[in-house]
Amino acid sequence: MIINKVRKVNQEEEKTKKNTVASDKMIGKWVKCEKCKEIIYKEELHQNLSVCPYCGKHFRLSSRRRILQIADENTFQEIAGDILTKDTLNFDGYLKKVEALKQKTNLKEAVTCGICKIEGEKAVLVVMDGNFLMGSMGSAVGERITIAIETAIQKKLPLVIFCVSGGARMQEGMISLMQMAKTSSAIKKLHDEGLLYISVLTDPTTGGVTASFASLADIILAEPDALIGFAGPRVIEQTIKQQLPEGFQKSEFLLEHGFIDKIVERKDIKQMISKLIRYHK
Amino acid sequence: MQVKTAWEKVQIARQTDRPKTSDYIEALFDDFIELHGDRNFGDDKAIIGGIGILENIPVTVIGEQKGKNAKENIDRNFGMPEPEGYRKALRLMKQAEKFNRPIITFIDTPGAYPGIGAEERGQGEAIARNIMEMAGLKVPIICIVIGEGSSGGALAIGVGDRIVMLENAIYSILSPEGFASILYKDSTKAKEAAQTMKITAQDLKELNIIDHIIKESKEGIQNNFEKVIMELKKYIIKNIKELEKLGTNQLLVERYEKYRKIY
Repeated sequence: MIINKVRKVNQEEEKTKKNTVASDKMIGKWVKCEKCKEIIYKEELHQNLSVCPYCGKHFRLSSRRRILQIADENTFQEIAGDILTKDTLNFDGYLKKVEALKQKTNLKEAVTCGICKIEGEKAVLVVMDGNFLMGSMGSAVGERITIAIETAIQKKLPLVIFCVSGGARMQEGMISLMQMAKTSSAIKKLHDEGLLYISVLTDPTTGGVTASFASLADIILAEPDALIGFAGPRVIEQTIKQQLPEGFQKSEFLLEHGFIDKIVERKDIKQMISKLIRYHK
Repeated sequence: MQVKTAWEKVQIARQTDRPKTSDYIEALFDDFIELHGDRNFGDDKAIIGGIGILENIPVTVIGEQKGKNAKENIDRNFGMPEPEGYRKALRLMKQAEKFNRPIITFIDTPGAYPGIGAEERGQGEAIARNIMEMAGLKVPIICIVIGEGSSGGALAIGVGDRIVMLENAIYSILSPEGFASILYKDSTKAKEAAQTMKITAQDLKELNIIDHIIKESKEGIQNNFEKVIMELKKYIIKNIKELEKLGTNQLLVERYEKYRKIY
């Protein structure tokens, strides 16, 4: 009996491990850095917080790895995890696609929310995941984030949101657009209560997420070289029919134009967040 | 009466001779005074704002303005606002709050302008801030989709206590053409997309995203605009009175709930 239980635990551990690796979309033991073209041993990359040890490129991160990097060990307690995808438009193939992604990523939706400690500081932590329909915001993502914001209000906790998103989720039509109003209204309440909200913009943060809660924080941080904007670069190029300047819509561009507070490297982000929380106590 | 398809409505909503924001302002309000600029960068002609008189009460009016011909459209950037347009709208809405004036907005845009300057000046931030601030404004807000309401560019002046649509207006997450090209990988399937997306006034009333539909005449809104204006005027006055009776706290509680329940 006990042996069976141990075996089961081990199997589950193996499964989690497998999915963590799978969600970073890497095949084999090696991965090539798109920026400097160096071949990196995968294990080395992960030990370096998924940052290229040669050129410093920040690889995209699954929500699971992000939570491991930000929350103190064993402190993350998920909230709103039972809020699931709705298919209001009866969009052909949508739920099937979601189901396949659930299997592939071991996630239930494109955002994971919870309460945790960050270097000992209690906070509500919201982490989006680009592996799940590009982190797009449909009804479930909007609902989960709103519940997280309301939890922060109720428990008087600071709120930290890691953003990565292609924007509002097309497959749910106007219901998705309205999630921008829902989440932003909740953020308004949080501000009225005098609570701290930090958003961290990671590659890429665009569309309806940029045009709602991502841009409404007291302090907006960004990872280096992340694409951040409202309209996608391709749409802009097609509209104005000219090539976009080098570095357009990157973190450094936004910093220069006054739309983010600070660019923070991944290795420093946890400490920066906890420090900011302490400054607001 | 024959029911129009979603795609037919897309065509009607985009007609260049369909009444625009300026026509509504002229017909609904006495002695409108237009106010300009965001006090920061410039004056965006894709958004009109100002103060008008509705049955002896001053109200703040804001609307996206498309043109009725090529020249006007170039001048108005086809009703696609840049950040300074949204910031002008917010400035005027804050002014309305200060002087306790109800706010009426008219939505008619293919979307926020996707350009280099718009991104440099924070298009996303401008839209986000408007949405958040509108959720907290202490005066009644009535938003009316008169033609094409598309994406965040529409929502940026579209958070309110009553959301109204003209019978043949559309309101969507993006254009049916864009939807088709992204999800069907074929922009010629826009007709099919329009049907699937639930973008008509009737669909959105069913989804509880809008509150009221203003009927248009069979011969087209252009031929019976006075009737639409009469109905709209009656609706606005009745609802401002209702909303003012609620008191500020209840007004804001109900506005929050209105969006909170959309899941």
